[in-house]
Amino acid sequence: MTIFLPVEEKSLDAAVCPSFGRAPLFACADTQSGDCRFLENPAVTSQGGAGIKAAQFLADGSANALITFRCGENAAQVLTAAGIMLYKAQAGSLNDNIKALQDNRLPLLEEIHTGFHHHGGGSK
Amino acid sequence: MRIAVLSGKGGTGKTLVSVNLACAAEKATYIDCDVEAPNGHLFLKPQNLKTQPVSVIVPQVDSSKCTACRRCVDFCRYNALALLKEKLLIFYEVCHSCQGCILLCPEKALCKMPRPIGVIESGMSGGVTALTGRLNTGEVSGVPIIKELMALMPDQGLTVIDCPPGSACSVMESIRKADFCLLVAEPTLFGAHNLKMVYELVTLFKKPFGVVLNKCLPGENPSAQFCSEKGLNILAKIPYDPELGQINADGLVATRESKAFFNLFGNLLRRIQGEVPF
Repeated sequence: MTIFLPVEEKSLDAAVCPSFGRAPLFACADTQSGDCRFLENPAVTSQGGAGIKAAQFLADGSANALITFRCGENAAQVLTAAGIMLYKAQAGSLNDNIKALQDNRLPLLEEIHTGFHHHGGGSK
Repeated sequence: MRIAVLSGKGGTGKTLVSVNLACAAEKATYIDCDVEAPNGHLFLKPQNLKTQPVSVIVPQVDSSKCTACRRCVDFCRYNALALLKEKLLIFYEVCHSCQGCILLCPEKALCKMPRPIGVIESGMSGGVTALTGRLNTGEVSGVPIIKELMALMPDQGLTVIDCPPGSACSVMESIRKADFCLLVAEPTLFGAHNLKMVYELVTLFKKPFGVVLNKCLPGENPSAQFCSEKGLNILAKIPYDPELGQINADGLVATRESKAFFNLFGNLLRRIQGEVPF
């Protein structure tokens, strides 16, 4: 399974980034090989539709799951169409969150916000 | 002659000034460009209303022709399109209607689809033709409606353009074709700050302009002070007047209710006409 997590720095000990579409990096963890790569988010400087572009990036990266604190409705629509499962991130490191998902301890992300259209991704 | 009335904030008196300038002329056109909250019609009460829809063009995909080449997705800088499992998703509220994706599609799988975003209402109020733009709730930009309003503006005669508040894109679109800009300001520090914003805008656009000070009271007036510092032309001072307030609150037009106000706005109109050779 390929899991994506938004993150601000290249470290498995880092926390999950509070933003999805405007996160600077995505951690891409392969649960089979135990491998984790850090990829730059191409949407971070988008004028608009960052969530859509970031979601497209995950779909192109053959993601199976996304662990995030928040997700806007447009991004959620793209992720759902791509068959990517959305999980709610928990406090703790990337590693903790990946382990939690593997142990079936992460809840699905059910709260989809209406988006921060034209507000540059905000940090509310 | 086309006069645009603007101010850096809402509630300054743009509509009061615009409506009364239009009514002080025997024959004029009044255009309400404050499409998010048009209110000139509340005073003018135009008759024989005609409504026309305003739409923007968005792409619509013919899935049978789309080969999932992805050019449209990569092209769109607003990320209004996404391609998933060879299926194209289009986010209309993100689309800026540039139509680039439609032009680009090698398979001609994208076609133009009109999406309504609001309406333009037109009617008559005495000798004044009133045009009102209305943006549907939830829409992002009123600029397409303002562009259509500007296209309906007559070439001849007096037109008064009631601009949206502030100094953003919608205001720039509203003043683009104006011969003269009238800046309305309140006698407060905040009012002076907002006056500075629109002053910078009209200077940038190299438009001839003048200032109207509204709600004037005896004593300090930071907006008047700003005008004297910059050497700006104050064309009229409208007093803070309970009678004018009452007329306005009753939804009436001051120039139609009182000789004194007819003279005040008539004089303002003549001063503006004296500013620009036309």
